[in-house]
Amino acid sequence: KACTPNYSPGRGWPTSQTQDGFEDILEERRNSSDLKYALRCYAPVLYKGVTPCKANMLKNIVLQSDQLRYVINQVSQESGEAPDIIQEEASVILEEMAHRLQISTVRFFAFALSKAFKTLFQHVCVNEEGIQRLQQAIQEHPVVLLPSHRSYMDFLLMSYILYTYDLALPVIAAGMDFMGMKFVGEMLRMSGAFFIRRSFGGDKLYWAVFSEYVKTMLRNGFAPIEFFLEGTRSRTCKSLTPKLGLLNIVIEPFFKGEVFDVNLVPISISYERILEESLYARELLGVPKPKESTSGLLKARRILSEDYGSIHVYFGQPVSVRSLAQGKVNRSTYNLFPRHIPRKPMEETQSFVNDTAYRIVRLQEDNMVLKPWVLMASLLLQNLEGMELSVLTEQTVWLRGLALSYAAFLDWPDHAPTAKVVSSSLALHRGLACVSGGRVSLVVGEPLGPVTPEEALFNRAVSVLSCASYRNQVLHVFLRPAMLAVAMHTAASSKKNEVYNCFSFLWDMFSNDFILCPGDTVQDFEEACYLLVKTGAVQMPQQDIVMTDIGQPTLSFFNGLLEPFLQGYQVVCRYLCEEASEGLTEKQYIPAVRSFAHSVLCVFTGNLRCYEVLSSDMQKNALAALLRGKLPTQKALLARL
Amino acid sequence: DTVLAAATITMKLTSTVCFPRQEIMKWNGWGYSDSKFLFNKKGQAEFTGKRYRLSGMVLPSLQDWFENTFGASVNHKSPATPALNASAVPPASLNEAFVEDLKATGIPFSHEAEDRVFRAHGHCLHEIFALREGKKFERVPDMVVWPNCHSDVVKIVELACKHNVCLIPYGGGTSVTSALECPPEETRCIVSLDTSQMNRILWIDEKNLVAHVEAGIIGQDLERLLNESGYCTGHEPDSMEFSSLGGWVATRASGMKKNVYGNIEDLVIHIKVVTPRGVIEKSCQGPRMSTGPDIHHFILGSEGTLGVVTEVTMKIRPIPEYQKYGSVVFPNFEAGVACLREVAKQRCAPASIRLMDNEQFQFGHALKPQVSSIFTNFVEGLKKFYITKFKGFDPHQLVVATLLFEGDRERVLQHEKQVYDIAATFGGLAAGEDNGQRGYILTFVIAYLRDLGMDYYVVAESFETSVPWDRVLDLCRNVKERINRECKERGVQFQPLTSCRVTQTYDAGACVYFYFAFNYRGLADPVHTYERVEHAAREEILANGGSLSHHHGVGKLRKEWMKESISSLGVGMLQSVKDYVDPDNIFGNRNLL
Repeated sequence: KACTPNYSPGRGWPTSQTQDGFEDILEERRNSSDLKYALRCYAPVLYKGVTPCKANMLKNIVLQSDQLRYVINQVSQESGEAPDIIQEEASVILEEMAHRLQISTVRFFAFALSKAFKTLFQHVCVNEEGIQRLQQAIQEHPVVLLPSHRSYMDFLLMSYILYTYDLALPVIAAGMDFMGMKFVGEMLRMSGAFFIRRSFGGDKLYWAVFSEYVKTMLRNGFAPIEFFLEGTRSRTCKSLTPKLGLLNIVIEPFFKGEVFDVNLVPISISYERILEESLYARELLGVPKPKESTSGLLKARRILSEDYGSIHVYFGQPVSVRSLAQGKVNRSTYNLFPRHIPRKPMEETQSFVNDTAYRIVRLQEDNMVLKPWVLMASLLLQNLEGMELSVLTEQTVWLRGLALSYAAFLDWPDHAPTAKVVSSSLALHRGLACVSGGRVSLVVGEPLGPVTPEEALFNRAVSVLSCASYRNQVLHVFLRPAMLAVAMHTAASSKKNEVYNCFSFLWDMFSNDFILCPGDTVQDFEEACYLLVKTGAVQMPQQDIVMTDIGQPTLSFFNGLLEPFLQGYQVVCRYLCEEASEGLTEKQYIPAVRSFAHSVLCVFTGNLRCYEVLSSDMQKNALAALLRGKLPTQKALLARL
Repeated sequence: DTVLAAATITMKLTSTVCFPRQEIMKWNGWGYSDSKFLFNKKGQAEFTGKRYRLSGMVLPSLQDWFENTFGASVNHKSPATPALNASAVPPASLNEAFVEDLKATGIPFSHEAEDRVFRAHGHCLHEIFALREGKKFERVPDMVVWPNCHSDVVKIVELACKHNVCLIPYGGGTSVTSALECPPEETRCIVSLDTSQMNRILWIDEKNLVAHVEAGIIGQDLERLLNESGYCTGHEPDSMEFSSLGGWVATRASGMKKNVYGNIEDLVIHIKVVTPRGVIEKSCQGPRMSTGPDIHHFILGSEGTLGVVTEVTMKIRPIPEYQKYGSVVFPNFEAGVACLREVAKQRCAPASIRLMDNEQFQFGHALKPQVSSIFTNFVEGLKKFYITKFKGFDPHQLVVATLLFEGDRERVLQHEKQVYDIAATFGGLAAGEDNGQRGYILTFVIAYLRDLGMDYYVVAESFETSVPWDRVLDLCRNVKERINRECKERGVQFQPLTSCRVTQTYDAGACVYFYFAFNYRGLADPVHTYERVEHAAREEILANGGSLSHHHGVGKLRKEWMKESISSLGVGMLQSVKDYVDPDNIFGNRNLL
């Protein structure tokens, strides 16, 4: 009998599977004055009608808070410095951190971005129902905006959209690296960004100033708070596993009763083409990330001449922390400790926040808009030697059907013939793939002059990784059935429990690479079974899981989809078994494994073509998986694969 | 000069016929039969009777307030059943052997339906609502006994043990925790032990300033009788017109003027309790003892589960020379709470200090009687103008603290200045004696107003908690919000009234009192809806660091949270005391545990 999937992740989470439609906000910009638009009356509704607080007043509230005063005294006692000096330090930290939101700067951006967006993009589409829900939520509760993070563009885009719809402008947690861009950093600050250091591990005072600053804004509902759960831009276009620091901070005021509720709004920003596309691939391959600088940004003007397709921004259903926490966290455990003394969250709270973070990222994934090209990229990566255009077209249509039956949020042009869809996708991504003589293949950059084998490999890898960043966008749709397909392939028999054991092994192994909610192994397995049975690829007589007569194409596509990951992990294992010396530090690990992978790839030019193992992202995730494992994992992993 | 008109509900038995309280008190509502609010033919509100300051007065703004606040209309009535339907009362199941033995003692008793129903309930919303609707009763006491003194109680308890009869002590009947409800699963004969005849002051000891009093005495009688000798206890819970000394002990009551006189646990020196195991009392009246855990604290708050409090020795004080009301208006609730916190910090709280939120301030205004002279009206108008316009107070934000000072004249005036000076630093503005006094009148008539509401599709209830200072604002805001939200989710069609006030200050926290009311038109089962909302509100209180109860007690209404509140070990400790003192569960009201 088929498993019935349990999609409901629990109380408080949205259950609806149908998504809203979109409106193009650039359309109006193309038909009316940008200047008028930038200067129009802007009067957003605020939380419970509070009057917005001046940036200076906010700083004073923070500096005088019991929370901060407590930590200042504590630090002063520990360090022997006078409290005044520590207080001064706190004030400097705050000065460096705080936003200075100014409507005039926002208007400037509204004007400049209108111009830029119209040049760069065909459409900027927003689900207006989501905007309406957000507007409602902002009035009722403190709101936290949680967009996905794929590009530098994300937060300017967010503020631009909120300004367009007359919604309260958010304050945005931004990485300190932006501050390096002198003028731009200040501009961003005046458009609502506040800056946090990338790492401040043990710095109690920094943490106290930072968390109190965020909480003060949240408690008073001065503005929605925006940050990126993924912590940084995903260079691979796969969602990154969430970072919990800021989420802990914004949820705590609810547990402490300082606010009635907090609403979390997952937002999915999908780019048809990412501005940083090839930059990311190089970065993953170890070419250092260019330091953010104003002049660098100006050089980036070059990109203004290209077509980046459309952007889709989907504002998800606001999620109430109060509803989520009901029955999971007992708030009265906060009753016996003064609320202004910082404390490590309790275990119950930690696992709640962790679970919430993962589910929010999954909601972001669910509402990502997928273009036909991501399907084509998935197919091309399984045929690196190239494909007949007609075959590609045919398989894309097949894959579209599969994706739709797995509830992918696919933006496929209405009424356009498939050949047209395929050719226009190829046109937009002509930097990645080209058609010659009826065959489609990846474009490999040809440097001038003679090419060493290493350079050739590097160029090849750039093109594969760039293409993979599109395939990665569809992975969340296929991930669970694909892991089941691999599990069926590797399991010793078709017994359900054996297949499950393999599935569970893969699930654990890949939990850094993909968004797999903690504790959901069984649920994910059942979902995978349900989906494969539903699409006729698998049947489940008694306690067995077996492929059907028509299941071959689906299962082999899924095996191929995860192949690069399996091979990549295998290479990392081989490195650790064969080469790694005792006392290898994490710092040495990346370059060492990279050069090992290089040598493997140069030797085997045959069927091992796991260019993706050159990606530092995969290398880190594989190591993390191995470090997490409880058994002599490397051998086990090799044996299993 | 007390707010209350002198009155008494306690009358002595003249013959074997027991005096039924229900002749002067409502059987299905609050207080005296002759005192009630109604909308007269002109649609104006009136308060009938002669007992209170407001009695006989017309309240011209009440109708507007009522209709606007609840979306109710004076044309939509929901009248109560006019009289008790005896057929709705289950027949008395008597324990004949017990009755025979009781007859031999000569202690009066009754098994009339009206007597039994009157003692089958307290004043919870669901209890009063059921009476008004004329619903069938599931379980009421099978008989009522009226002991006249301590030794009568000893006899009754002995007989109850002998014949395995369930006893439920009954004092003033003002419980709001379902404490007087008979457990429906109780199969034994239930006897309501009415203490109202044990109402004498047995002696006054002026050297030590204590009085020895029978526990059935009603608050206002105790004060009046002590006043005749120049003394008072100063214990004035809002229910003091009807609640009894024994009831105060059994629920850990708190009085309005506890800042000067203390709560009940501070006032009692000695307690005598009759239990199935015998009589508990101490051997002396030492003002404080170190003799292990204080056994008084097993009794205080035992809610009738261990025995009957029969006599209490209580502190008394000379009647204060001078009393003065006062009030302060603050721009908002936050400022008001900050001021009360400062007053508590400086330990200079007057006999009473209470902070009403804006909703209650407006409610208080709606109860202003018709002003007779044009001049007073003019002065009032000027005051309002000064506060709202000149001082820039928003009439929809401002809140008022009411004050009561007591002592010798000079010190009262000094004290008053100190408190007003503190208030001024929080933006508080003195708003006169009248406003203060009106605030305290509201306390005594609010229960009558609930009956008026119920005549027009509005249900209302109050509940309380105590909470550390730093959480007062958060708790008030979150509980109100939770109520509003729950009402919406449960299909209440109209915006509910949620209002709170800080009624007591302590060194480390405050007592907060909530009022909650809504128009129930369109709801199939308003009482059930109400109960779910109250349940949610209590959960919210506990989650925000509030206590299960400051002075109402637990009864059966809040039993489910006892473990969470005092730990299962704590519940076990209480249970073992109960098991020792009353192994056969003679005092079987099943409160608390």
